[in-house]
Amino acid sequence: MRQFMKYFSASFLFISMVITSSIAIAADYKVGFIYIGPPGDHGWNYQHDVGRKAVDEAFGDKVETVFQENVPESADAERVMTQMALSGADMIFATSFGYMDPVINVAKKFPKVKFEHATGYKTADNVSTYSARFYEGRSVVGHIAGKMTKSNTIGYVASFPIPEVVRGINSAYLAAKKANPNVEFKVIWIFTWYDPAKEADAAKTLISQGADVILQHVDSSAIMTVAEEAGVYAFGQASDMSAFGPNAHLTAIINGWAPYYVEKVKQGMAGTWKGGEQTFDGIGAGMVIIGDLNDKIPASVKKEAMAIRDGIAAGTLHSFTGPINKQDGSPWLKAGETADVGTLLGMNFYVEGIEGDIPK
Amino acid sequence: MDLSEINFAVLVASLVVASTPLVLAALGELIVEKSGVLNLGVEGMMIIGAVTGFIVGVETGSAYIGMMAAAMAGALLSLLFAFIILIMQANQVASGLALTIFGLGIAALMGHPYTGIKSPQISTISIPFISEIPVLGTMFFQHDLIVYLSLISVLVIWYFLNRMRAGLILRSVGEDHDVAHSLGYRVVTIRFLAITFGGAMAGVGGGYLSLVRVPQWTEGMTAGAGWIALALVVFSGWRPFRLLIGAYIFGGITILQLNLQAIGVNINIALLSMAPYLATILALVVISISRFRGNRGAPGCLGRSFVKIT
Repeated sequence: MRQFMKYFSASFLFISMVITSSIAIAADYKVGFIYIGPPGDHGWNYQHDVGRKAVDEAFGDKVETVFQENVPESADAERVMTQMALSGADMIFATSFGYMDPVINVAKKFPKVKFEHATGYKTADNVSTYSARFYEGRSVVGHIAGKMTKSNTIGYVASFPIPEVVRGINSAYLAAKKANPNVEFKVIWIFTWYDPAKEADAAKTLISQGADVILQHVDSSAIMTVAEEAGVYAFGQASDMSAFGPNAHLTAIINGWAPYYVEKVKQGMAGTWKGGEQTFDGIGAGMVIIGDLNDKIPASVKKEAMAIRDGIAAGTLHSFTGPINKQDGSPWLKAGETADVGTLLGMNFYVEGIEGDIPK
Repeated sequence: MDLSEINFAVLVASLVVASTPLVLAALGELIVEKSGVLNLGVEGMMIIGAVTGFIVGVETGSAYIGMMAAAMAGALLSLLFAFIILIMQANQVASGLALTIFGLGIAALMGHPYTGIKSPQISTISIPFISEIPVLGTMFFQHDLIVYLSLISVLVIWYFLNRMRAGLILRSVGEDHDVAHSLGYRVVTIRFLAITFGGAMAGVGGGYLSLVRVPQWTEGMTAGAGWIALALVVFSGWRPFRLLIGAYIFGGITILQLNLQAIGVNINIALLSMAPYLATILALVVISISRFRGNRGAPGCLGRSFVKIT
């Protein structure tokens, strides 16, 4: 039923988009964005829309941006992007992992249109990918979580078992364990990026099992609301979510897409844009930003957290520095060794100490 | 893996909250079906209730006023359905489906400016003395007003259907509308009332979702709850108490699944998440096979249009 409704609403949106795009005013350069949820989620999609608005602001009348929200990660994504390309888009930003194959398919049909795909790994002559090293931010929040928990139980609401999410869990766990050797992680997978009801249920379950700090890798602010009600701590995901839990919100990992989007559009207009590139930036490049720290965090912990942030930004610290074993006890990194990008991008294992299995 | 980490009292308490929207909507539909009308628009009425309740709740700052608005919105939408099938004599199945699609669409439109906003809160009311009973108190007596309301509704509706003259008249209209008509009962009026009641209950169920359970507005947030409510009515054999138990089992599967994950049990999550929907499909198949009707307690005139013979 759900799929059906998604399909139905997507086709409805598709039709409405055909109408709106046909009456749009022609600008020199047209850039399209597709979002997996609504920009009003105050999370993942909101930040992409902030990036889009930065493009609007940077180029004024020279660039026209269009966006389509709630695009399912299915054949609907192909239809929406095809329509965007047909209505004259010069560059399209596809802002969710599941758009990977649709992007590749549409890119084949429109070799002159430039595609930018977020968090994926497939490229082509006119497809580049970009992703942020969110795991760097998770080192900072993991440290704070480890210091702030009193029950030594940290809850983690995870979306899909893809490398990006597994990487985040591992990074947060390693930092938390270092800050507090008694810490234990409880992970719940809910198999959606955005479903406030499910996210809230998962958070409530974790709290009922003793978690007093909740980390999330899903998009809505529902968990923050639940945490505030229950009197536990949580971290903003993708955007600052302190409005939803002034007491619960310790800090946020904020995604900074604006500089990247402005740069890529500039390259596209100047003709210097290149396909086949894979950007993977973190705190250093400003793609991952640590939000304001709540005053509930003791000054000493604040200082440590900032030291981790600055160390990562300067390149003197790496989230995955050996010795680290895999969950089954087999060695992964030797002492002093840091993880290579290839392993990080394809990460499909827990590090030693995390209980439970990654669902297949 | 350590099962003792699951607090079963809290687990039951959260499944009660998770199931409350289902209980409310299904009870409403039970009355509608007992009057001989099949309204497949529960999902649509729920989501209209959810969005209206949320908007009014945010604007007035009171979740209770939001709840009342949710009931009214659900009832209003169901009046449209009542008009189409009772006065225009349209096909009930098609009209109900249309109601669902219409409701989902209009709710998305109405709710668009309200995504990502916090709703006013409903405080929980612990019932004096009995809420302090260990385990049982946590499970059932430390909830918000709407949960108690849903439990009371089960009692009231059971009493209405089985012990009151008005309930008997409602059932007779559902069993055989021609006979009821010849006895002088106003079939159309009674069905109008039943449908409106069903709409209001579905609306409150939706409002509970957006104001208490999540509490936020998201497009399509009912996520099939209306269909599960429909299936529950069939499962229960049109009996209020069985319906309550059925709803708690449905809600329980979801909550149990999350709890098992958190303690690290290796289970097939996809299969468990699918279970309520599979059961729903089965129930909807059963409802459409007429020969089951006689022995499962379905009203004799369920889904049939009433044409007045003069």
